[in-house]
Amino acid sequence: MESKKKLLEVNHLRTSFFTQAGEVKAVNDVSYYVNEQEIVAVVGESGCGKSVTQMSCMQLIQTPPGKILGGEVLLEGENLLKYKPRSKEMRAIRGAKISMIFQEPMTSLNPVLTVGSQLSEVIRTHKKVSKKEAWQLGIEALKAVGIPEPETRMKNYPFEMSGGMRQRVMIAVAVACNSKLIIADEPTTALDVTTQAQVMELLLSIVKSMKTSIIVVTHNLGLVTRYADRIYVMYAGRIIESGTCEDILKNPRHPYTIGLLNAVPRLDASEDEQLVAINGAPPNLAKLKDDCAFAPRCPYASELCRSSCPTLRQVGDREHFAACHYEIGRDEHE
Amino acid sequence: MSNEKAPLLQVENLKMYFPAQSTLFGKPRSYVKAVDGISFSIDEGKTFGLVGESGCGKTTAGKCILRIYRPTEGRILYRGTDIARMTDRELKAFRREIQLIFQDPYGSLDPRQSIGDIVREAIAADGKHRQKGEMQDRVHELLTLVDLDPVMADRYPHELSGGQRQRLGIARALACDPKLIVCDEPVSALDVSIQAQIINLFEELQEKLGLTYLFIAHDLAVVRHISDVTAVMYLGHIVETMASGELYRNPLHPYTKALMSAVPITDYDVEKQRSRIVLEGEVPSPIHAPSGCSFHPRCPYATDICRSEMPKLSDTGSGHFVACHHCGEV
Repeated sequence: MESKKKLLEVNHLRTSFFTQAGEVKAVNDVSYYVNEQEIVAVVGESGCGKSVTQMSCMQLIQTPPGKILGGEVLLEGENLLKYKPRSKEMRAIRGAKISMIFQEPMTSLNPVLTVGSQLSEVIRTHKKVSKKEAWQLGIEALKAVGIPEPETRMKNYPFEMSGGMRQRVMIAVAVACNSKLIIADEPTTALDVTTQAQVMELLLSIVKSMKTSIIVVTHNLGLVTRYADRIYVMYAGRIIESGTCEDILKNPRHPYTIGLLNAVPRLDASEDEQLVAINGAPPNLAKLKDDCAFAPRCPYASELCRSSCPTLRQVGDREHFAACHYEIGRDEHE
Repeated sequence: MSNEKAPLLQVENLKMYFPAQSTLFGKPRSYVKAVDGISFSIDEGKTFGLVGESGCGKTTAGKCILRIYRPTEGRILYRGTDIARMTDRELKAFRREIQLIFQDPYGSLDPRQSIGDIVREAIAADGKHRQKGEMQDRVHELLTLVDLDPVMADRYPHELSGGQRQRLGIARALACDPKLIVCDEPVSALDVSIQAQIINLFEELQEKLGLTYLFIAHDLAVVRHISDVTAVMYLGHIVETMASGELYRNPLHPYTKALMSAVPITDYDVEKQRSRIVLEGEVPSPIHAPSGCSFHPRCPYATDICRSEMPKLSDTGSGHFVACHHCGEV
């Protein structure tokens, strides 16, 4: 794993939103990296800052109220944050080097333009080709993502397609530009279970065939189990645990991760098994103090947790980090 | 299923067709067969899970049972009385007994009503508690029942989190002491950690109040966890129904198998060993439902008989029913 090259490296990223309720620290000193040809999952519940982190990397934060306060986003060693959000350089990166796939494919496609014209628009923005060639490339991209009859589909409007099909079109945009990195923000949440499987398998095959990397942002731990190489778990704007998929699922070390894993009903569980819920609700990000944000919901919380915020420290032999003051394993959590 | 006690709810050959295209003079030319002849029964105090993808007719089935829709055909027996053909006036007594919990805790609460008012409205509709003091006590009782702080009665829905709103929705449904609650995707809009809280609340309430649930959801793992019996729906038909424990151990219908394999298990070792069945294509439109078995265009085992003849739901022993021509072979 060490031999792999880092494609994206994010260091100490901080993004805040300045609202009437105060400063909302949506991304609070977040660092992570993505290797080449790797699927990395960012897991967390709504409002934990997982999407804002990705939007910050792409510099898609609306300013004001949002502001990237610090940190660096290195794509192949080049710091993206040195460019202005609307600069030519940044626009050349968005869509070409890094593509984004959103949760709701209907809102990310323009309803009054055909799929073909939207696809070729992106291609022509990033590649020097004629309209005809762009159209042809669009057809090939649709073929690559498994859409039947791509020639006729190019002339369709988004409303004529199903949810799964639209999500494939979004992926086709990324494929057409040979993106190095695809950021998929809840790519399957709006889709049916069987379509979910189709879309995820497609993303997996693209990693292999096109040598891209994918960041999957999701709240669905199951999806992560099946497809991710490495996982980052976020809570209240911070990464609280990170490691390989195997380490985190088999040996979670942060009480929140343990809680999440126990809270999901499992298909193979015995019938009378009770779900262990995490008490309380996620904190208000505008009212964060210098304590461990999970302490109010944590069964192990002590005075130490309420007074100082734990930093990530290594807990396993491999790259397994957790931000907890205590040595807690899943076995003790009963 | 034993016959010692009559089931609380029995649905027989329920059909709900909606007119789709119509001629110039408004006569329907074709129908959306949202629910096309489903039958099941729910015993008192049990949970019956209805699972399927969007458009399979699970919500329509629930709405028929609530008599929000008047079914096209079929019988809905509640304690032996057919409510499918009743008029609105006759239905009034039954409305109290059968309540509904919605999916969207944001859309189903009036933002201008305080929490107390929302619950009070339901209590007033019930009519048992008329005096102001009594009413206040009942609001207090209901909110406590769903683990909401009664102090919150003066607040408004926007001040609540998603989980708290769903609790409020449950309190409202419980206001008139219902026997049967139709839960339509009650946890799918909630975060994982909150989802578990609400599922546990459902189970607690069932134990305390002897409730019967019809639990409609698309999440197989959730449905399996909460229900005693699970039915899998596809394009308006029930394709398989069985005790929930059987679902993971012994799924027989190819669609159930595919659904199961599409749901990952959050255990690293188990998940790496599971085989995956990825279905081709998408659910066909219910206006142009395929001939024969409605699943045949996507089924890897389909043969000629599947294309021409619709399989009947048949017993394979111990209350496990499957509608598949090849159920012994695949």
